[in-house]
Amino acid sequence: MLDARLDLRRGSFHLAVEFAAGPGPLLVTGPNGAGKTTLLLAVLGALRPSAGRLVLGGDVLFDATSGRCLPVEERRVAYVPQDSGLFPHLSVRDNVGFGLSRLDKTARAARVEQALGQLGAAALAERLPSSLSGGERQRVALARAMAMEPHALLLDEPLAALDTPSRVRFRGFLAEHLRRLAVPALVVTHEAEDARALGGQMLVLEDGHVTERGPVDALRVAPASAFARAFWTNG
Amino acid sequence: MRGWSRRVQLVLPVLAAGVLLAFLLAPLLALLLSTGLGEALAGLRHPLAVAALGLSLLTTSASLVLVLVLGTPLAWLLARRTGRLPRAVDTLVQLPIVIPPAVSGLALLLAFGRRGLLGPWLERVGIGLPFTTAAVVLAEVFVSAPFYVLAAAAAFRRLDPALLLVARSLGAGPARTFFRVALPLSMPGLITGAALSWSRALGEFGATLMFAGNLTGRTQTLPLAIYTALETDVRAAKAMALVLVVVAFGLLLLVGRRAHGFLGGEGARRAT
Repeated sequence: MLDARLDLRRGSFHLAVEFAAGPGPLLVTGPNGAGKTTLLLAVLGALRPSAGRLVLGGDVLFDATSGRCLPVEERRVAYVPQDSGLFPHLSVRDNVGFGLSRLDKTARAARVEQALGQLGAAALAERLPSSLSGGERQRVALARAMAMEPHALLLDEPLAALDTPSRVRFRGFLAEHLRRLAVPALVVTHEAEDARALGGQMLVLEDGHVTERGPVDALRVAPASAFARAFWTNG
Repeated sequence: MRGWSRRVQLVLPVLAAGVLLAFLLAPLLALLLSTGLGEALAGLRHPLAVAALGLSLLTTSASLVLVLVLGTPLAWLLARRTGRLPRAVDTLVQLPIVIPPAVSGLALLLAFGRRGLLGPWLERVGIGLPFTTAAVVLAEVFVSAPFYVLAAAAAFRRLDPALLLVARSLGAGPARTFFRVALPLSMPGLITGAALSWSRALGEFGATLMFAGNLTGRTQTLPLAIYTALETDVRAAKAMALVLVVVAFGLLLLVGRRAHGFLGGEGARRAT
């Protein structure tokens, strides 16, 4: 469970959100500049809110009142940026093993094999990221995120960089794994098709504020804001 | 008439380029042509050359180590921080590049000389710098550090910030993130900077002469030895000059290739 109440200013932009996310996908959408990426970075710990509180599975990640702010590396929040964020100088195996430095060598190797196997990427282990297709990169990035057994997952437009066929394929794949992982997963998306396929809960951000929230299916049937109506019509 | 004017327009730039190119190459060609291999080898056995080669190797190695160890953190801070202070520091760091070496030497004397700003204080703890090998190293660090710091900071700035965030989200603290991600991805830029910095240190003349003097075996590096040998044994001067040209050319090849290194592709260098 992720409980967030965040207040954050960057220049003239003001993000003020409050939401709770259970296990499974929480889709975040909204116009450009609405604060979607800022929200992810605040949950990740890369940006420090000026007020609010962030609790993940009982751990207080941030609390403005007590001044507590866990650094990124202690939050156990996995982050997959837009272009998958694989380390270009490390093999797929070393990428997936990067977050497992606390395990001994054998346990690490086993966990890497397991994660790659689960995501159907075992055959890619020796490859360098530059030799992977867009879909393969995303699968490896997901394997790396899942191998660290995160308490929450942040995906910034995981489908945006893919061409249509691999996008359709990866959509179902992502939906299945997000459900299986069973931790809160914030997924930024711009596409109605992606939202429909991933399902779960949805949050519409406009100008730093939550304007709509609820199950994807409910929002689709009765979109309230102009942005939400356009979102579902164009997709 | 029009055809003639067209021809002039085409030929003039080529002519101008050719003149400059010839001028740039002529001195190097003269150096190469005037020195046979046997003569060069004999020149290098001259006592002045032997001592200077060893001293240049020793002092430039020491200054390179100092520049790398102290310059890498500075470059990292310059690249990661934004605001007025880092911008001001960035400009200050570039100063030694544009200051004439003789001025640098004088400034070093005024700072670390016996009667300089810090001299009396250094003397009290038993350190006398001017006209020592250590002074040569300091002069080299002073003139060469900016080349490394600027290149390293530029390389660090090219890093995709998302990659550093991913590393930290995977549990890596700042040190592990730096050594496992930032450093290897910036390596081509760091090597280029180190090569530029080292070659600047190797060629250092003015600041060394002012601050460290020209003492054979103690402060007389290759450029100073070339200058001294000119009066006694031209052969030795030419041999040492050839060494410097060959080394510089080798570095140029290394830097040129590194600049198009295999890490220069997408991901590592993607601007965000």
